Amino acid sequence: MSILLDRNTPVLVQGITGRMARFHTRDMLDYGTNVVGGVVPGKGGETVEGVPVFDTVKAAVAATGAEASLVFVPPPFAADSIMEAADAGISYCVCITDGIPAGDMIRVKRYMMRYPKERRMVLTGPNCAGTISPGKAMLGIMPGHIFLPGNVGIIGRSGTLGYEAAAQLKELGLGVSTSVGIGGDPINGSSFRDMLQRFEADEETEVICMIGEIGGPQEAEAAEYIRDHVTKPVVAYVAGLTAPKGRTMGHAGAIISAFGESASEKVEILSAVGVSVAENPAVIGQTIARVLGKAA
Amino acid sequence: MDIHEYQAKEILSKFGVTVPAGALAYSPEQAVYRARELGGDRWIVKAQVHAGGRGKAGGIKLCDNDNDIQNASENMFGRKLVTHQTGPEGKGIYRVYVEAAVPIEQEFYLGFVMDRTSQRVMIVASAEGGMEIEEISANKPDSIVRSTVEPAVGLQDFQAREIAFQLGIAPSLISQMVRTLQGCYRAFSELDATMVEVNPLVVTSDDRVIALDAKMTFDDNALFRHPQISELRDKSQEDPRESRAADRGLSYVGLEGNIGCIVNGAGLAMATMDTIMLAGGAPANFLDIGGGATPERVAKAFRLVMSDQNVEAVLVNIFAGINRCDWVAEGVVQALKEVQVDVPVIVRLAGTNVEEGQKILAKSGLPIIRANTLMEAAERAVGAWKNDLSQATRIRAIT
Repeated sequence: MSILLDRNTPVLVQGITGRMARFHTRDMLDYGTNVVGGVVPGKGGETVEGVPVFDTVKAAVAATGAEASLVFVPPPFAADSIMEAADAGISYCVCITDGIPAGDMIRVKRYMMRYPKERRMVLTGPNCAGTISPGKAMLGIMPGHIFLPGNVGIIGRSGTLGYEAAAQLKELGLGVSTSVGIGGDPINGSSFRDMLQRFEADEETEVICMIGEIGGPQEAEAAEYIRDHVTKPVVAYVAGLTAPKGRTMGHAGAIISAFGESASEKVEILSAVGVSVAENPAVIGQTIARVLGKAA
Repeated sequence: MDIHEYQAKEILSKFGVTVPAGALAYSPEQAVYRARELGGDRWIVKAQVHAGGRGKAGGIKLCDNDNDIQNASENMFGRKLVTHQTGPEGKGIYRVYVEAAVPIEQEFYLGFVMDRTSQRVMIVASAEGGMEIEEISANKPDSIVRSTVEPAVGLQDFQAREIAFQLGIAPSLISQMVRTLQGCYRAFSELDATMVEVNPLVVTSDDRVIALDAKMTFDDNALFRHPQISELRDKSQEDPRESRAADRGLSYVGLEGNIGCIVNGAGLAMATMDTIMLAGGAPANFLDIGGGATPERVAKAFRLVMSDQNVEAVLVNIFAGINRCDWVAEGVVQALKEVQVDVPVIVRLAGTNVEEGQKILAKSGLPIIRANTLMEAAERAVGAWKNDLSQATRIRAIT
């Protein structure tokens, strides 16, 4: 088992004819991801990397039975593409696009609510590296080879910092069940809490690693959820101890604008519910290994 | 992106919010002239800077005659206004706004923010106007009224009425209050703001509801569809290092320390800064050069980091995933040949083809200090900087 994405999950790539999207479609296919189609309005009938392109997500779903989609569409049009996927019956969507207006994301979140829970699409991102279930499939732009298959579930707001953690784990011979990027934007599809719930229910996952950062309430919400509902050990790292208040640190959502949003406050909140917090990014892997040793 | 008070007022008034009569001046003489044009017998001269807390810092003066206005503006123009929001360096005053004074009866706080918990626009209001919201939430938390807006239909009049009644506004003024709230919300959502703050919103003795101050911040990611807002950018209010970075498409935040950072990815960049602090140093900047660390971007980053006079060492931390380390290493070598870097350079590469990358750095003949882990890199950067200071020997990396 893994969460969200498996070896057989049929995947669409929205915006597949772009340079980046083509490159990563190739990479995903080489990794073994079941990419069954692409969507670009007006380019239906073409093929990219041997994959058929459709004009609409609905047409692509009808022809291929796609269940997941990866959005590579530029910021002005990305929100529209996510809503199109939600309406076409896609059950899991990853949005890579960085730079979507926050107002658009508010509308996307509202739009997704119009579907009953059992057919409501799960969205992760935007502004993320994607999701990978190592050895099975990847839906994103990450370097697949740094992830070993294993029992650690990773949830992260940052791409390269997540790679750092995965690489440290590989060095220690530890692997990952699924790694999910929830992205660096202030309004995102899924929160730490949403993903904790999935990892808690996943048989394969033994320990969960959260990679957080300054800004927003989602680490604190996760702490509350961990306290009440998570039985598996959780390890966390929170970036931005040195970040000044009120400044956006690269990610649109990485800004301390309220009480409880600084890295030191988040570390305190997470520690208080029994989360093992790695005090620096170089020891994320070791901390997980230690916790796994204890759990075994 | 922030804009000035006078610009926010101009925008809000277009959306039906009442603001005091006012005019902009670029010199003390013009300020006096503007006051005469406005008429009346009392005026407020307000320094236009992108920061709150202007009143306490001497950036807002009540004036009774030409002389007062002349003196108040002379004291403002060209000065750096230091408020609790500007940092010690302050923000330059190059424009003042002159307003006709209004007779204040009641003051309120009114704010519109992106609430990240509900993932909706939230209205925050309080009858404790004039104080900052942090102060209100610390001292008078019970006075705060909150309401979230359903994005599909927008702010409803009943919500605006509820807020107005909860603030204790007289029934005769409710419709003015509803118009004000609706105007602010429409400006917020139609122009992709991330914050609209009216503090104070006042009721005057002649029963008018007026926005006495106004602040708006816009979503940088939405500026592409609001060229008229982009034009309001005022570089004089930005850190020059950050303006240069923004013009080059790099994500940079200037800090007080002296170890320059060049990193790919925002999370890893923050983590690198934190590690420097744990190793006993202080980062000079946040800099995310993006996922693809091309030689051009690395060179741009070195130029930018070296333009900060405080930088005494540079730490490059790149996790090469899709891009291989050997390619990134070549980029670093090429950048160091192009850009004059006369401080120690510490490079830590991780990811794909790391051994080949290390070989390229070693063979380059450049005095690059290499590190394997992030902690090692931070320790070496701090060590190099301390050593550099004590022995006053600088490693020259110029060819």
